[in-house]
Amino acid sequence: MNFQLTKEQELVRKMVREFAVNDVEPIAADIDKEHRFPVENVKKMGEYGLLGVPFPTELGGAGGDHISYAITVEELSRVCASTGVICSAHTSLCAWPIWAWGTEEQKQKYMIPLAKGEKLGAFGLTEPNAGTDAGGQQTRAIDMGDHWLINGAKVFITNGGYAETFVVLAMTDKAKGTKGGISAFIVEKGFEGFSIGKTEDKMGICGSSTTELIFQNCKVPKENLLGKVGEGFKVAMSTLDGGRIGIASQALGIAQGAFDVTVEYMKSRKQFGKKLSQMEALQFEIADMKTRIEASRLLIYKAADMKDKHLAYGPASAMAKLYAAETAMYVTTKAVQLHGGYGYTKDYPVERMMRDAKITEIYEGTSEVQKIVIAASVFGK
Amino acid sequence: MAFKIIVCAKQVPDTNEIKIDPVKKTLIREGVPSILNHDDANALEEALKIKDMYPDTHITVVTMGPPQAKDMLMECLAKGADEGVLVSDRAVGGSDTWATSNALAAAILKLGDCDLLFAGRQAIDGDTAQVGPQLAEKLGLPQVTYVTEFKIDKNMKDITVKRAMEDGYELIKIQTPCMLTAIKELNKPRYMSINGIFGLKNKEIKVWNAKDIEVDLATVGLDASPTNVYRSFTPAPKGKGKMIEADTEKEAAQSLLINLKAKHVI
Repeated sequence: MNFQLTKEQELVRKMVREFAVNDVEPIAADIDKEHRFPVENVKKMGEYGLLGVPFPTELGGAGGDHISYAITVEELSRVCASTGVICSAHTSLCAWPIWAWGTEEQKQKYMIPLAKGEKLGAFGLTEPNAGTDAGGQQTRAIDMGDHWLINGAKVFITNGGYAETFVVLAMTDKAKGTKGGISAFIVEKGFEGFSIGKTEDKMGICGSSTTELIFQNCKVPKENLLGKVGEGFKVAMSTLDGGRIGIASQALGIAQGAFDVTVEYMKSRKQFGKKLSQMEALQFEIADMKTRIEASRLLIYKAADMKDKHLAYGPASAMAKLYAAETAMYVTTKAVQLHGGYGYTKDYPVERMMRDAKITEIYEGTSEVQKIVIAASVFGK
Repeated sequence: MAFKIIVCAKQVPDTNEIKIDPVKKTLIREGVPSILNHDDANALEEALKIKDMYPDTHITVVTMGPPQAKDMLMECLAKGADEGVLVSDRAVGGSDTWATSNALAAAILKLGDCDLLFAGRQAIDGDTAQVGPQLAEKLGLPQVTYVTEFKIDKNMKDITVKRAMEDGYELIKIQTPCMLTAIKELNKPRYMSINGIFGLKNKEIKVWNAKDIEVDLATVGLDASPTNVYRSFTPAPKGKGKMIEADTEKEAAQSLLINLKAKHVI
């Protein structure tokens, strides 16, 4: 048992914090307001290795570990949750499944440019009628002999508008359902019959790109099947186990960011002749906020450490995500309250942070889904 | 042959975070983060830019300080430098600029020939701007201080630098080997890279004591230092400047004259 970060992990935090404060924070309010994807910073993130943290250097990665990856998403999200989720969805949901399930050829062709940050990745599972019930896939892939033909649509796809590589799930045998009926595919932007549909107008994480994916007789080469035929649901579920570490880290970052600006605000804001930081009732709020943040952090780093050690970390990452997401909502709501009327205005970042926090309770498995996963680890499926 | 650059760097307390003890008038160092000195980061960045262009360039970062200065060297390596050298010994503790440059010169001599010696103009804790020039003197290298623009010819021999002066610039041609000191206008230092951080395990930081660098012990450390710090104090804040507004330049000048006379300045 050792709760100390390694020297490398400390340096990752320092590096990402510097980048976040200098390059991400100054535009965070603007990209939220303009609903603008921060292409300039995503490019820099690729150059500095932030888009390939946990992958081996032979495959274009930074040669790091999953705690460092969690720290990366946390520090980006501390100042901008949109930038945090761009990194998380790319790394956990697209590069990771190709690393874990891909053939050597697929890794060489798709993984290396993703891990180097030369290309951005996305993951397509959710459909209009298959959200939490992900097994209810209506997108179909038919084996045409020399290629696959995909028809259907995906919704709420993070990075959709800017990704060049997509991991997409589709039904290959409806009769088999989730147990052997779903397969995963690697789809490139520009494949015939593949297009990007509507971009969602969201409540928060407005700088991230959330779109529909449309497949109209989309031709996918045979060699782009990811994993074996029928393994798609396993690919998706193992991917989401890891993705939850990313989203939990995003939630943690949002909470930490809201906490930090609130502490500074309380040190300067005076009412009734004294600073808010001198009022015990408000100090108690800060104590509760800090405790929950720290508990979230420990759950996340534990899950990440288990992933690095190849232990069964599914329930651990579900607990981390459930708790961190609830903490993000709790802390940002309190942060707005502690700012009073100012907190409700867009002049202070806590307003954005509270809007951004909500999604962490919804995507990559709602809080309710996390509870299903956790309960299943107690009672069995 | 690979182009060899040595960068001198110092780990300093982050002066943005530092406070002065109101009674003792000394710096309160507890809880103040240590950082790579700003101007030194510019010196390293320029070296890294040369390496970006000519990848077989070899960069060694040299520092003197307590054992924890290794952390700063790790940052330099994570940015792309090839190796680090930390001169650390009780015998060199408390050195002023003269004694420091004696120790650093000895360490640099031990490293062997280099084509370019780069340092920051000055450290934010002492602000002396003396160690760089002293090193050049002791190593017998030509030097240009306050470098704000740097260009090296393809022959890796001819360097053109722009030297910032208070009232303008000097354009200077110099040949390697030489010593340059950087100022912040020279460039924008890069961050560490994540790949660089996890590549640290493949890079070496040498820790040398006074014996290793074969320096004359009578020329280093507190006792050998001719400088004595008499007192540290916080300079009184300057008053606000006054803007003179007038319709014409002549009226403004008259108003200035009256103000100066009233204050008995002239």
